[in-house]
Amino acid sequence: MTRRILPLGDHALLVELDDLDAVLGLFRGLDATRPEGVVDLVPAARTIAVLVEPRILPLSSARSWVERTVPLDVDATHERLVELEVAYDGEDLAEAARLTGRTPAELVAFHTDSTWRVAFGGFSPGFAYLATDRPLDVPRRDTPRTAVPPGSVGLAGAFSGVYPRSSPGGWQLIGRTHAVLWDETADPPALLRPGTVVRFREAL
Amino acid sequence: MSGLRVLRPGPLALVQDLGRPGFAAVGVGRSGALDRGALRLGNRLLGNPESDAGIEVLLGGFEARFEQDTWFAVTGATGRLLLDGRSMDAHTAVHAGAGQVLRIGTATSGVRWYLTVRGGVAVAPVLGSRSRDTLAGLGPAPLQAGDLIPLGEHPGTDLPLLDFVPVAEPAMDAVEVRAHRGPRADWFTEAALEAFFTDEWRAGAESDRIGVRLDPPQSPSHAAHATRSPAVASALIERAVNRELPSEPMVAGAVQVSPDGRPTVLLADHPVTGGYPVIAVVSDTTLDLFAQLRPGQPVTFRHA
Repeated sequence: MTRRILPLGDHALLVELDDLDAVLGLFRGLDATRPEGVVDLVPAARTIAVLVEPRILPLSSARSWVERTVPLDVDATHERLVELEVAYDGEDLAEAARLTGRTPAELVAFHTDSTWRVAFGGFSPGFAYLATDRPLDVPRRDTPRTAVPPGSVGLAGAFSGVYPRSSPGGWQLIGRTHAVLWDETADPPALLRPGTVVRFREAL
Repeated sequence: MSGLRVLRPGPLALVQDLGRPGFAAVGVGRSGALDRGALRLGNRLLGNPESDAGIEVLLGGFEARFEQDTWFAVTGATGRLLLDGRSMDAHTAVHAGAGQVLRIGTATSGVRWYLTVRGGVAVAPVLGSRSRDTLAGLGPAPLQAGDLIPLGEHPGTDLPLLDFVPVAEPAMDAVEVRAHRGPRADWFTEAALEAFFTDEWRAGAESDRIGVRLDPPQSPSHAAHATRSPAVASALIERAVNRELPSEPMVAGAVQVSPDGRPTVLLADHPVTGGYPVIAVVSDTTLDLFAQLRPGQPVTFRHA
């Protein structure tokens, strides 16, 4: 396993890893041992940014912390489990099923039977890219929607996700949930954060 | 009545403090005043904590009435400042009586003014900050005519005994900034990297709180708009690695290079992740300079 530490200005480092699993493992390790002076830990598909306040934690100290941090397995941490109830009546359910060679019922079963993990955020406040061990590969819509309603549950590439609020989007929409994904007055404001485990349950 | 009544907001007037760090992992960037030095100075002049919220006024044309006696200061850009029609100084604490009207004229150098008030602007914070994030749509909405802005309790400290502080006005000619090699500097040819650090770029017209697009060297923006073509543009910053980059975290000051070879310097309201390679990252000590650049103004990057 390789772990490259790249420069990202005078307040941050960028750690590059082999794949998403390595990102999740190291993110858990870093999050569990976060020293004072770390302002933010931001995971992405292959990288983790470590943002620091250098007067408290100089970049050289941040670098050695990253170098000696041991990745943690999922089992090693007690991650939050969030269950989301979904009405699988999305406009793209039939198309997404066709694109993946399944019936709509089989696609729903795939979605509810998989254990999902928040890999990273980034698209909009509270949006989480959810990864699973045996992902499908779902092409995005040819024409993105200009406004996807909040609570829409979608698939794109290897990921699933829920739109926290109305925004443009190109994901295939398979259902919707009433769960509140983002509440700026709550602490924490996001229901789903990197590391959170997510299960979907079909609303009856 | 108390507070500050907005009479005319001008093109864009936003409440800003030093931002909301710590939420990038859930998709919210830091935001905050673009010219942090100017906001800090304004707060210091009034004996406020440096992190108090003020009003960031783009270009000018801003008018507001004090509904209570208070002390205030204007920093950042330069231009004409009027209190009840009488000329007043920037960079100093000024007393306003209830009913007096402040008018911020059009900036003659720089583009962003900061209006700070003793006790700070006290609108409700969101996630610990009063900053408006224009990308995420978080924090207090852009100010509108008629808004009544509450002011905080003043801090109880004496006003600093300063009649005048020497402040460098925003530059009107070439600006030099410091930058570090970026995480993806090796995705560009050596020649492109050297050119990036030696050429004179120009601030583009498409600039906002999210980022400043840079126009190519030796090509004033008006000419570039007329003649830009994919063939010409692709010669700007040449890549050595052409594969696609999985989205990765961004920071303020990151210089992203889009596929047309043009660099964009990300500022406070930048997206938390991005898919274009970062050639360089502007040093935090010179990042504020981008807050005051006018379209067409020359910028050079020097190794930090």
